[in-house]
Amino acid sequence: MKDSPRGQERLTPRDRLLFTVAFLVPPRFTPDRVRRDRRYRKLDQRRFIAWFLALPLLVYLIFVVSPFLQAFFYSLTDWTGYSATYTFTGLDNYQRMIEDDKFWDSTVNSLLLLVLAPLITLALGLFLAYMVNVGGRRVGGGGGGGVPGSRVYKVVYFFPQVISIAVIAVIWARIYSPTGLLNEGLGAVGLGSWERESWLGGEVAVWCVLAVLCWSFVGFYVVLFSASMSSIPGEIYEAALLDGAGRAVTFFRVTLPLTWDTVRTGWIYMGIQALDAFALVDVMVPEHGMDVLPSYLFEKAFRDAQAGYATAIGVALFLLTLVFALVMMLVGRRERVEL
Amino acid sequence: MSVTSTDPRQDSPPAGPGGAGPPTDDGPERRDVAGGVLNVFAHSFLVLWALMAAGPVLWVVISSLRPHADVVADPFGLPTELSWDNFSHAWTNANIGRYTVNSLIVLAGSLTGTMLLGSMAAYVLARYSFRGNRAVYLLFTGGLMFPVFLALVPLFFVLNNFGLLNTRQGLIIVYIAYSLPFTTFFLVSFFRTLPGGVQEAAALDGASHTRTFFQIMMPMARPGLISIGIFNFLGQWNQFVLPRVLNVGDSDDAVLPQGLAALMVQQGYEGDWGALYAGVTMSMLPVLVVYVTFQRQVQSGLTAGALR
Repeated sequence: MKDSPRGQERLTPRDRLLFTVAFLVPPRFTPDRVRRDRRYRKLDQRRFIAWFLALPLLVYLIFVVSPFLQAFFYSLTDWTGYSATYTFTGLDNYQRMIEDDKFWDSTVNSLLLLVLAPLITLALGLFLAYMVNVGGRRVGGGGGGGVPGSRVYKVVYFFPQVISIAVIAVIWARIYSPTGLLNEGLGAVGLGSWERESWLGGEVAVWCVLAVLCWSFVGFYVVLFSASMSSIPGEIYEAALLDGAGRAVTFFRVTLPLTWDTVRTGWIYMGIQALDAFALVDVMVPEHGMDVLPSYLFEKAFRDAQAGYATAIGVALFLLTLVFALVMMLVGRRERVEL
Repeated sequence: MSVTSTDPRQDSPPAGPGGAGPPTDDGPERRDVAGGVLNVFAHSFLVLWALMAAGPVLWVVISSLRPHADVVADPFGLPTELSWDNFSHAWTNANIGRYTVNSLIVLAGSLTGTMLLGSMAAYVLARYSFRGNRAVYLLFTGGLMFPVFLALVPLFFVLNNFGLLNTRQGLIIVYIAYSLPFTTFFLVSFFRTLPGGVQEAAALDGASHTRTFFQIMMPMARPGLISIGIFNFLGQWNQFVLPRVLNVGDSDDAVLPQGLAALMVQQGYEGDWGALYAGVTMSMLPVLVVYVTFQRQVQSGLTAGALR
């Protein structure tokens, strides 16, 4: 929208003042002189836009945009976080990061989660969603809302999604504890030799975290994929059936390609969740015996008072997220199938 | 239970265990039998995962009703008599009541603020063209790409400078700020789908822009507002990372997830887990009730988050 229609007379200084006042005060206080002006409609609209955007933008700029920008800057300093002074140290933090073994351990754990969590969760989610949707469909009958009780399944599966990840971590920390359900359960089914004194203390901790991460998200993907599978017209399944395709073939040739877009966005979303995993590590793993990138960042910033170094880790985490999302978008791209 | 009942539409009985593999190459005459096999196959997996998903949660609820000593002696047992001691202990001594109130206060402020600011920004961005519209939209949605951990350290000091660290107001405003990107993104696309004629008619009838927004467009956008409202409700109620960093002053000020995590550490020293199980149960039940009542909206609201 252009400032004012061309060919309109210029405002006198007094009018300009009045218009400015009108812009800044609520509509009911608009001076009559302005209200009767034919440019008032435009002013009214611009005033509305500015007023409605001002507060959200202000909050957003101060609490979201500015911290993100500051992070890049602080990553180049030796700021402790608790003193007002810091010196600019260039890429020293990044140099240190490359030589920091604990940083690499955390990165390896994060990468492990990033690769495996989406793979396992989406595979389970797709499988169960297919079972829920197509499993009970009468052969040749097409349509139908899936297996009987499909709604109940989805409600139960989805439940971990509605409770706090911190509560999930508390529950699983109890299950993994030395006298917890896992050890007791293994003993009860005769696998006593598999019991471990400490699941969350040793090198299996990251696998325990992975299991909980997958557990809590499978239901989410069952619901997500169910929705996109049920939008596939029944005729396509009938056609596949007439051509003699079995269930597995139908899944890989019909269902998967037609839900591919959802699978791909779901994959990116799950990867981002896996790169977080902070709450699980922070609550479940005692004294952060095992770290992922966010929990290592947290320790450096708020326990070791190394805010500068911590933000450098944050930048690394950001780059990792970015690379992952880009790779997924490029690799997973396919011809869009129009229905 | 309806979960395990067989499909009434299935006119052939489920086949024996011999054909349990995926029936990929069955001839046409075997299809109905194959469907039955698949049905059994499908249901066994579905039931198995239902047990996996619900088991841990059920176990905590059951354990919360049993005295601590019983749970230690037999973790898989059922309660012999209902004991509410754990609950009263959790509510008063372990401060769960206080944490719940804290959570409710923060949520009341943050959810209202998020919905109001989010829909205001989204409405203007969706329905008005002006210079910089695209830039503002990209600024908001760009926030979706950045991991919150990148901002966490500077955010801590921003709040500190404003004197908002370890305060409810601080948490509220941060919740709002970090909910804005997705809320705006979601609502912009929603407001765009609303018919433009209504807006014009309102303007012709002399309604102001503000009035058109609050009295006409907001009610029309109700389905979208409900979806994103549920999304934000659960996200903010369950929020853990932000309070863990920004609300660390007085342990009495903790919000519920934070308080439960702290309670676990504390009960570890005392060796009494009953109050913890009761606390976890109490924190889950309200959400469970809301969820089962509004399951459809909750599921669509939350899965919308992945489709951004």
